[in-house]
Parts: sequence; C-alpha cells; structure tokens
Amino acid sequence: MKVAVRYFAAVREALGRGEDADVGAGADIAALRDALVARGGRHAEALGRERVLRSARNRVLCAESTPLAEGDEVGFFPPLTGG
Amino acid sequence: MAAARVSIRPDDFDLGAEVAALRAGDGGVGAVAAFVGTVRDRNDGAPVQSLELEHYPGMTEAAIESMIDEAMRRFRIRAARVVHRIGALAPSAQIVLVAVTSAHRGDAFQACEFLMDYLKTQAPFWKKETGPAGARWVDARVADDAALARWGIAAGNAAADRTGEPPAKR
Repeated sequence: MKVAVRYFAAVREALGRGEDADVGAGADIAALRDALVARGGRHAEALGRERVLRSARNRVLCAESTPLAEGDEVGFFPPLTGG
Repeated sequence: MAAARVSIRPDDFDLGAEVAALRAGDGGVGAVAAFVGTVRDRNDGAPVQSLELEHYPGMTEAAIESMIDEAMRRFRIRAARVVHRIGALAPSAQIVLVAVTSAHRGDAFQACEFLMDYLKTQAPFWKKETGPAGARWVDARVADDAALARWGIAAGNAAADRTGEPPAKR
C-alpha cells in the first residue's frame, strides 16, 4: 500500500520534504521506517535506529507500533523544541 | 464570533491587544494569565544571532487545539489563545504567547502553565539556532519532559525511546 512520507527539521535537511513509499499490507510505522532505512545511504543515516525520532500518522503524534492504512501521511522528525 | 484560538504565523503579536480580544464581552472574567516566550541572546553558553522556527503545517494547529480542549476539561477556564511564531527570529523577539481567562486566578495560572508545558514537548515545532560557530538544531530538554510529567502526562520527547512512544493516555 502507498503512503506519503513527510520529513521535518534535520531529517528534512537530509532527505528533502518527503516522498511516497510502498509498504506491505498491515505494516506499522516501524516497518515503514525499517523499509526506508533499508534503502541505505542518506536514508540509513537520517532514519537509522541510532537516531531518536518521533513520528506522526495523519498529523497526530503516535508510537511506531501504530498500524498504517493506504493513503496515510506519516511524518518522521526529531524530538520537538517549540515554545 | 470569537477569534480563532490558535495562530501560527511569522508576524509578531501584541500582548495587550491579544488579552483585550480574549476577554472582550465576557463579564465573567476575573483573571487573565499570560505567558510570553522570547528569544535569548545566549543558549548553552553560546551567543545566539538568530533563531529559525520550523513547524508541521496543519498538524501544529490541530495539536494545539486539542491541548486547549484538554485544558478546558482540566481547569475552570473561560477562554484561551495561543500564538506561535515561525520563520526567522532575532534575539529578544517574542516567540510564543499563551493567554487564559477564568473567573478566579488559580485556574488561569494553572491552565497557562499546563498549556505551555504541553506545547513544549507535543506541538511539532523545531528550533535552529545560528551563532558565530554556525547553525545547529536545538536539542530537546529532559526538563521539558519532566515539566509535563507533573500534570500526569508522559512526554516521551527528549527522553523518547527509539520507538517514539507517545504520551500515555490518562
């Protein structure tokens, strides 16, 4: 199934604003992240498990164990520093 | 119609005008608490020449709206307004406003602090500082997670584990 991936802050600087990705039915956010890391290169560098990242599904913060559905928007970004 | 509760924008804000608008026409207001966050000229011991604020358009507004809903449930407040600036900001510039009205001061003080603590770790903003040594993304602070924990909410931000666990639902 296709999902739209969006990146922010340091992840955006490394990978651009976002891209489309294809993951298997039933995939969760962790599986999507792993699939992106498996592309290697800058993806592995920016999204690797040694980095602490937060994620959102359809613009709501959520854990990586959250299941995805066709057409979802998934955001990956560093910890938040507003205010 | 009341003004929108959340404004995310490059433009500056006027504290007096915001407070006047927030309590206009509500004779039941007996207390107003407002917090203004500003850009320090030093951070972690290094001079700061400018600050760049990035956000997640659409998500930021919705996240803060839900925080205000939560503040309305927790405290006896009458109205709340959050303004957060984005883009390039100079030292001393205003970054964020949280203003709350209530009948009595206790709820206004508490709701204002609650909203600010919530926003620090759960609203999608990122700060990048530029100083003499170049630009760097600001690190999230564990102290901000601790501030939210006082309200019974696990922030999971600076101290996030690698699966990005969100705040525990109450």
